[in-house]
Amino acid sequence: MSELPPFLLYFAAALLVAVTRGLPRQLILLATPVVTGLYLWLGINPGTDVAYTLMSYELSFLRTDKLSLLFGYLFCIASFFAVIFALHVQDTKQHVAGMIYAGSALGAVFSGDLISLFIFWELLAISSVFLIWARGTERALKAGMRYLVYQVLSGVLLLAGALVYYHNTGTLAFNHIGLDAGVAGWLIFIAFGIKCAFPFLHSWLTDGYPEATVTGTVFLSAFTTKVAVYSLARGFAGEEIMIYIGVTMACFPIFYAVIENDLRRVLAYSLINQVGFMVTGIGIGTALALNGAVAHAFSDVIFKGLLFMSMGAVLYRVGNINGSDLGGLYKSMPKTTALCIIGALSISAFPLFSGFVSKSMVMTALMQENHGYFWLLMLFASAGVFHHAGIKIPYFAFFHHDSGIRTEEAPRNMLVAMGVAAALCIFIGTQPQYLYALLPWEVEYWPYDLTHVLAQTQLLFFSALAFVWLNKQGLYPPELHSVNLDAEWFYRRLLPAGAQRTLYLLRSAKESTLTTVTTHMQGMQNEFSKSPMAKYHLSESWPTGSMVFWISAILAAFLLLDLFGLGR
Amino acid sequence: MSDEKEKIHIFDRPENVNRLLKGFYAICILLALADFVLHRHIGFDWEKIPAFYALYGFVACVLLVLIAKQMRKVLMRKEDYYDE
Repeated sequence: MSELPPFLLYFAAALLVAVTRGLPRQLILLATPVVTGLYLWLGINPGTDVAYTLMSYELSFLRTDKLSLLFGYLFCIASFFAVIFALHVQDTKQHVAGMIYAGSALGAVFSGDLISLFIFWELLAISSVFLIWARGTERALKAGMRYLVYQVLSGVLLLAGALVYYHNTGTLAFNHIGLDAGVAGWLIFIAFGIKCAFPFLHSWLTDGYPEATVTGTVFLSAFTTKVAVYSLARGFAGEEIMIYIGVTMACFPIFYAVIENDLRRVLAYSLINQVGFMVTGIGIGTALALNGAVAHAFSDVIFKGLLFMSMGAVLYRVGNINGSDLGGLYKSMPKTTALCIIGALSISAFPLFSGFVSKSMVMTALMQENHGYFWLLMLFASAGVFHHAGIKIPYFAFFHHDSGIRTEEAPRNMLVAMGVAAALCIFIGTQPQYLYALLPWEVEYWPYDLTHVLAQTQLLFFSALAFVWLNKQGLYPPELHSVNLDAEWFYRRLLPAGAQRTLYLLRSAKESTLTTVTTHMQGMQNEFSKSPMAKYHLSESWPTGSMVFWISAILAAFLLLDLFGLGR
Repeated sequence: MSDEKEKIHIFDRPENVNRLLKGFYAICILLALADFVLHRHIGFDWEKIPAFYALYGFVACVLLVLIAKQMRKVLMRKEDYYDE
């Protein structure tokens, strides 16, 4: 039993989901994550390594240790609530894509070699884009295409890096790679970096995720970036450059989040901010920091899923997710409001909620390693998270001024899905020992001491006070219908504009060349007609018609001669 | 929307909003005072500043919002900017 790679269960479910409808399909969707989760929990021991031979190459599809198992459990939990949230959806394409996508994420974290990893890397890309395209709008179609280009590019870099790595080291095993591996190391690092939304490589995320379907975004937020976090933790733990990258990721998106109007895009920016904490932890590379990074990935998938679900529920009911158009929805969607607030408290790392027990590990690790300035910047990012994800999201959607929108509470399946996620947020936050027991590295840590709790509570309450004060002073920027320029500007505006400019230049060059040549020809013609030669009949320019006429006349003559046997 | 008179919700009454805010201010004051009573572990020197976390959180968020507001001048475009 323990030789079956878990992704096969999801792929089999995808097949079944494609051919079934109604209740049977819903049962299959619900059973898959539960069965797979139990199988991982009970049937697989850390240290398994099962290889399959395919075309004389050994693919290691099931290499397990505590690190891969942690992400395995996480992906089962995430797909469980995502499936419940999407249970009402009729669209077969989305269910199939969701199953293959979740299965590929499981396949990727259990891959023991770089080629298997590459296969699932590309499957993640291809399956997930359907969750964007399924929205069916022109914008979604285009955003999906841009998203796919990024994802496939990441896969190509990974494959190239794997081949160079094989050439240099003679192995394809996926263990610690490090940037010392030269070109191979950098290629693979950038491939991971694209999926992890490193700064300037991040715009596929903020561009694509908000355009996906209501339920698709919940899937999207869980898998791609977390597979990348896992891969970085395995391949590049302790690379110092990641501290710089991670701190940048934690800090720059919060500015965008403050001025962004589309609340799902606000969450996309805050996703990058949270992944920044994980990348920083991996960059520090101590046992506590690495544990913090993966633990934070665990809590993030759940609370970010919860927030995306609550905004998805609003989008589903209201048909709009712009902060400028919402407000006062707590009146018609009180349960969604309460669940969203639990997600907001978790992402803000309030004591007793899940973000607190994982993020504090990264912060403590920064302190232990004496990274004072980075620690200050991360503290700034922590305050910023609360500001945009913790307050802005619930405030502009559910409170603020009454927009006059009256709608219904979210459908029951959505409430159940959000309830599951919210319960997990509180469970992890209050009983962190169970999560800590799953962490891969051995280290003693307990988040609840006076210093941590007091410091964090002060930080958050005074961040909230700043929000209240800015609002009372009228300094808080209003939500506006707008687009904010980001890294995507380079390929959505600069590149097309540059291409158009080049085309325009080429076209005018062609025209001027043509004019020059024809004027010269005309000039020569004029000169010639003045010369004595022009008097001869043959040197006149004849119309093409008469030439064709004479050629046919000659051919006809030959034909006649031939027919009558003359000239033979 | 129906014509029947709508229920008055909790935050429709300004006194409820005020009550909430007063409670919130009270907690903020208590938290700041707690810093002088309770003893925090000190990791970095700047943590020795009284109510460091409270001050930092407030200043950080005000700066965040004010800078983000300025960023709008440079970065903000019309909603259909990319669709043109």
